[in-house]
Amino acid sequence: MASAVASGQGRIPASPLRWVPVVTLLLLLGPVVAGLLGTVLPAFGYLPALGRATLSLDPWRALFAAPGVAESIRLSFVTGLAVTIVSFTVVILFVAGWHGTRSFARVQKLLSPLLSVPHVTVAFGLAFLLAPSGWIFRLTSPWLTGYDRPPDLIIVQDPDGLALIAGLVVKEIPFLFLMTLAAIGQVDAARVRTMARTMGYGATSAWLKAVFPLVYRQIRLPVFAVLAFAASVVDVSVVLAPSTPPPLAVQLVRWFNDPDLALRFVASAGALVQLGLVAAAIFVWWIGERVVACLGRIWIRAGSRGRRDFPLRIVAAAALSVSFLAAFLGLASMALWSIAGRWRFPDALPAEVSLNAWTANADRLATATLNTATIGIAAALVGLALTVGCLENEARFGKRATNRALLLLYVPLLVPQIAFLFGTQILLVMSDLDGAWIAVAWAHLVFVLPYVFLSLADPYRAWDERYARAALCLGASPLRVFCRVKLPMLLRPILVAVAVGFTVSMGQYLPTLFAGAGRLDTLTTEAVSLASGADRRAIGAYALLQMTLPFIAFGLAAAAPAWLFRNRRGLRVTA
Amino acid sequence: MRILTAALAAVLTFTPLAAATAQSWDEVVEKARGQLVFWNAWGGDERINAYIAWAGDQVQARYGVTVQHVKLADTSEAVARVVAEKAAGRSDGGSVDLIWINGENFAAMKRNNLLFGPWTANAPNYRYVDTENKKTTTVDFTVPVDHLEAPWGMAQFVFMHDTAHVKTPPGSILGLLEWAKNNPGRFTYPQPPNFLGTTFLKQALIELVVNPAVLQAPAVNIEENTAPLWAYLDALHPLMWRRGAVYPQNGPALQRLLDDGEVSIALSFQPAEASGLIAQGKLPDTVRTFVLNNGTIGNTNFVAIPFNANAKEGAMVLANFLMSPEAQAHKQNPEVWGSFTVLDVDRLPEDSKAAFQNLKLGVATLSPGELGITQLEPHPSWVAALEAEWAKRYASGK
Repeated sequence: MASAVASGQGRIPASPLRWVPVVTLLLLLGPVVAGLLGTVLPAFGYLPALGRATLSLDPWRALFAAPGVAESIRLSFVTGLAVTIVSFTVVILFVAGWHGTRSFARVQKLLSPLLSVPHVTVAFGLAFLLAPSGWIFRLTSPWLTGYDRPPDLIIVQDPDGLALIAGLVVKEIPFLFLMTLAAIGQVDAARVRTMARTMGYGATSAWLKAVFPLVYRQIRLPVFAVLAFAASVVDVSVVLAPSTPPPLAVQLVRWFNDPDLALRFVASAGALVQLGLVAAAIFVWWIGERVVACLGRIWIRAGSRGRRDFPLRIVAAAALSVSFLAAFLGLASMALWSIAGRWRFPDALPAEVSLNAWTANADRLATATLNTATIGIAAALVGLALTVGCLENEARFGKRATNRALLLLYVPLLVPQIAFLFGTQILLVMSDLDGAWIAVAWAHLVFVLPYVFLSLADPYRAWDERYARAALCLGASPLRVFCRVKLPMLLRPILVAVAVGFTVSMGQYLPTLFAGAGRLDTLTTEAVSLASGADRRAIGAYALLQMTLPFIAFGLAAAAPAWLFRNRRGLRVTA
Repeated sequence: MRILTAALAAVLTFTPLAAATAQSWDEVVEKARGQLVFWNAWGGDERINAYIAWAGDQVQARYGVTVQHVKLADTSEAVARVVAEKAAGRSDGGSVDLIWINGENFAAMKRNNLLFGPWTANAPNYRYVDTENKKTTTVDFTVPVDHLEAPWGMAQFVFMHDTAHVKTPPGSILGLLEWAKNNPGRFTYPQPPNFLGTTFLKQALIELVVNPAVLQAPAVNIEENTAPLWAYLDALHPLMWRRGAVYPQNGPALQRLLDDGEVSIALSFQPAEASGLIAQGKLPDTVRTFVLNNGTIGNTNFVAIPFNANAKEGAMVLANFLMSPEAQAHKQNPEVWGSFTVLDVDRLPEDSKAAFQNLKLGVATLSPGELGITQLEPHPSWVAALEAEWAKRYASGK
């Protein structure tokens, strides 16, 4: 091997490593492409398995004749844009106004717990917090509001979808915040901002005018992912969205499950509408980008210093605080419900404590936890292996992933799940894999892999290659270098990436439902199946486990390196 | 081949023992050992889920049959799966072994030859089923059962009311409208096609239709016959919870609204459910049950086996256990589920009889006499008509 080192890396014989990016893309995009195809054909009436082998436009006619479908489309479209605009604005204004302050650092610490809890768990919490019979009204009744029965107000599941928008915003703010933080790190924002400040610009103006244009380029794809997600989400909608009619994606799932097979063709056509709807929303956003850029240039050229930005900073901080507070209070209320006995309106707290929700559901909680954990660990580990393979391939052969390659990684996050999961399920049924554990794990991998990659890529690429060269010079094989030097040094980010992948897997609802054929219950599918009605105590128990598992995952990711390297001062965290 | 045999058997003969595969019960039990049964059942009520888990544990211990509860949001999901499997040519090794079913889902599966059987008469515990006085154990929503599904519970539509807010409950569907006028915002029903919501529509239709007899045959003159119902709902909805703009999605959600004090009257398909929920601390002890003066709709819950089920024997063993006096008594216990038995208790052996007689009725449960007349379910074709029209009128946005 010494000769390989001496003659440079270029002449290393073809390594299986070179195949990893290809395999990764196949595993990642294969189901998406095949699934889309499996959706397009039935949308035009072609699905020989169901006895129709002629192309027709009937599914489309039926789709647009279905009651309420126009309203469903409108609702999804508005929700997607509103969620993105609100969460993006709050995040950018807060970061602009507070970057570099002590409050900013404090807020950063609150991010991970919120990020790692599945969307639907936060939705449960908010639903209880805000409802007329919920915690806020319980805490303020009757002494303040005068209510001894819940008022008849439409708050949750309102026909305009405001509760749905609020529920999604609360969860997307931390995500966009994290993405913005990562981008700030890449563009040397602190120096740019300081320079603008020395020219007399107020904090917010300095950041918006000098840093934002650099940062926005980096967070564009995550913003699109938020847009696509909010316009097509199913599980959160079941909890918070109106049902007369529901958002399009929810309606599609219903049609797909209807015994009337003709509706499956309608659902496929609807899935393409969902895809078009997301594309249209992204297009509208893209136009908005152009408009904002135009106005922004005029604003920058005007040169106003914007020193009196204090009110704006307060508003941004208030908006962010309210959203964080709502999320945490909601989660706390679910945890409280899981150990509540009687807890009637308007009592502020449960009248008694009871572990009944845990004991009565012990078996199901255990099964769901086991499934969640095994599928999550498998998807995260496979995702990690592929990610490390790709990154190592890149490091050894010097091929840096282009932006276009990164876009491929985002495909599963930009294409609405429902648009290709229909087709994927047909393929799974045909190959007798539906309901198999491995099918569910693979379906999760499609969504886990992008996040594992995004989480690990920066630290991996930042690793100093001179360590490898030194080790190679001492006669170690590339494999030995990788195992004995690189992996230990990168263990911390690697474990964090695994934990990220695990929590992404935990939150998957539709992929579990479709690939699992309803036979594999995870905490998320169980909780959503209870969502529409059953006892808050049981939902609370599932919700608490949904909060606990990510906590354990990230806890282990932090503790393992600390313990393994307790005798290696150089590998300790020095933060 | 099996479907053909089953279909022929169903068509040509009603002799119960001419079961499709003509195996003795001992052979069934023998073959069942070690099988894994995927029981597709609505999973929206924890008490029922707990009962299903209990039944699974019992047949595991006694017959070595493993049961996995596939929780459905709606029974039609399981029907859809079987339909899709048939279309894809999977006539063996299907993914659904047993379905909790009745009404239009049964009618659809029977019509399309998607059911295995007839088999129920071959199950030893079927002999205790009360086919004399509980007619709905043999006729499911006007469709003959023909031993294609095994009865496992009686259901009757009842109203629950919180006596802290409702002094005299209304005695008719029109009385309910009057009550709502005086108590706006305190009544609602689950959103159709949820079965409880659809049953409310059927109950209202039975009282409002000019000639109730038309409901016992396939739907005709739908517009004319259902017009009084839509006029009624148009009047009722503005007086309902959230002015009819938001609906609870199922029974448990509605019961939670009753517990929260959001509504004063709720619905149930289990006459003993209120007592059970009170005992579990999920409803206030001021809740009681009432029925309408002219009676309410009643039906029977069944389990059926799809034609392509992978574990037919295991499914039959489980169904037989569900019909056993022991499982039925456990089910009728208001602290467990409170679902009334399909068996003729008088014909049971003494010790089994005692298990039923020792059950308490529960504070909020009406006696069989007080439950009054059981009205028959309309023909399943009315359900589709009602649900489609309801969606068009009330669930297609502003």
